[in-house]
Amino acid sequence: MNELLAIMRRELRSYFLTPVAYVFIVIFLVLTSTFTFYLGGFYERGQADLTPFFNFHPWLYLFLVPALSMRLWAEERKSGSIELLMTLPVEIWQAVAGKFLAAWAFTGLALALTFPIWITVNYLGDPDNGAIVAAYIGSLLMAGGFLAVGSCISAATKNQVIAFILAVVACFLLLLAGFPLVLDVFSAWAPQALVDAIASLSFLTHFANISKGVIDLRDLVYFGLLIGVMLYANAIVLQLKKAD
Amino acid sequence: MILCQNLTKRYGPLLAVDDLSFQVAPGEVLGFLGPNGAGKSTTMRILAGFLPANSGKASVCGFDVETEATEAKRRIGYLPEGAPSYPEMTPRSFLEFVADIRGLTGAHRKNRLDEVYGLLHLEHVLGQTIDTLSKGYKRRVGLAQAIVHDPEVLILDEPTDGLDPNQKHEVRQLINQMSQKKIIVISTHLLEEVDALCNRAIIIAHGRILADDTPEKLETRSRFHNAVSVKLVDSSQIEAVRNGIEALPEVASTELDAQSDRLTAFPANGQLPLAAITDLAAKNDWEFSELHLESGRLDEVFRTITGGASA
Repeated sequence: MNELLAIMRRELRSYFLTPVAYVFIVIFLVLTSTFTFYLGGFYERGQADLTPFFNFHPWLYLFLVPALSMRLWAEERKSGSIELLMTLPVEIWQAVAGKFLAAWAFTGLALALTFPIWITVNYLGDPDNGAIVAAYIGSLLMAGGFLAVGSCISAATKNQVIAFILAVVACFLLLLAGFPLVLDVFSAWAPQALVDAIASLSFLTHFANISKGVIDLRDLVYFGLLIGVMLYANAIVLQLKKAD
Repeated sequence: MILCQNLTKRYGPLLAVDDLSFQVAPGEVLGFLGPNGAGKSTTMRILAGFLPANSGKASVCGFDVETEATEAKRRIGYLPEGAPSYPEMTPRSFLEFVADIRGLTGAHRKNRLDEVYGLLHLEHVLGQTIDTLSKGYKRRVGLAQAIVHDPEVLILDEPTDGLDPNQKHEVRQLINQMSQKKIIVISTHLLEEVDALCNRAIIIAHGRILADDTPEKLETRSRFHNAVSVKLVDSSQIEAVRNGIEALPEVASTELDAQSDRLTAFPANGQLPLAAITDLAAKNDWEFSELHLESGRLDEVFRTITGGASA
């Protein structure tokens, strides 16, 4: 456990030693507010809720989270520091989980820094704060899902640009798995059960449920499983590719 | 104790380590010598638990490096080739991170870190980012990382690469100080380093052990072993001196280095030509400005053994 925490601390610290943290947080905050107020019509709707705010999160994460996850392992492999990390007395799952949790905690921090919008909506009206908390939790879970996918892809390459692009594509497909864009590829030939299974992978569907304020166990299990499976795959990829 | 039994490692069609077996006992400082691509780094990576071997077994202090990897890693300090670290960190935060992972806590952690900063003279750069450090300091940070937990086994891949002569000397002194209690394995291209540090040398090429002996014993394999080289005050006499020395029964042949006018006499089988040459010089009133008894040249042995001499 100490090893995991040490890795997590080091990783988090590194974000703030490089411009990554500041650029990410500033861009995230600027974009969330821009989208909420201009595209989402926060005032014009005349409703005291944060729907226009949360609606854009999946699309923001689509680009911002892979930008964060691309360096997780690709950078270590490129610089050779992976050889150092993997010869310290840590289990591979501790390294994978430590780095993932650092990145997740960091997105959590960025998300927490959007609190002024929550204050704003409470000042302007009388929103359902329970639903807002649920949506925040959903948003954080979704970010975790994106991160786990990105981390796994980052372990497969030494090139951060490739890690970024592949992660965006993978996340885009996962995001839209429940929509015709993705399903049409399968519905022509695949059995209905497979099509349904793919449809049920959609980030958007699961996030939409939670952001309405309904925390369903199935949605939690979905994100939990997704993160678990992706990190497990991450460890396997790492084991195979670390010395290449 | 390090034990390697029939280690084999392939990278695709390339056989990097070929059925390698050896043991290292405490107190031994083993130098791994070999041309580039000989399998030195691969062997060290297997021992350090970074790479799995295709077949064969390796254990460190009784712990198998694959099945009991974490226990083995606790007992090893490893400096990977090129001394990688995290460039955005400072030496202080980087070494604190390693100390945390190594399970050092409280006063012991602080004392040990201070000790290591001192041993490697890192005090003045602790607050700078590793990125901005010179190659020599980066290497020393890498060494500090390897010794912070005072390990039983040190595996150092080219520990003095990139250091200036003074820093090399200091690092060698440090390794010498630690060598009594520990098992140390270093790889190097520098043969002088083997003389200065190691009490055992293994020469490998193409993943196989070609020689395993003390540096002194290896030197006796050199044709320079017990050879005598001289330089004359009056170099015009050189031909006469050469003929005279070559006629001695103790001397097999001579070589004249045209650049430095140094004449080297190689001994005939097992003979010691030094006394005969000094007697001859006294008889003929030759005046030498230099007279050396050669102990043998490791670089020459290295080239002969690894096949570079014929290439």
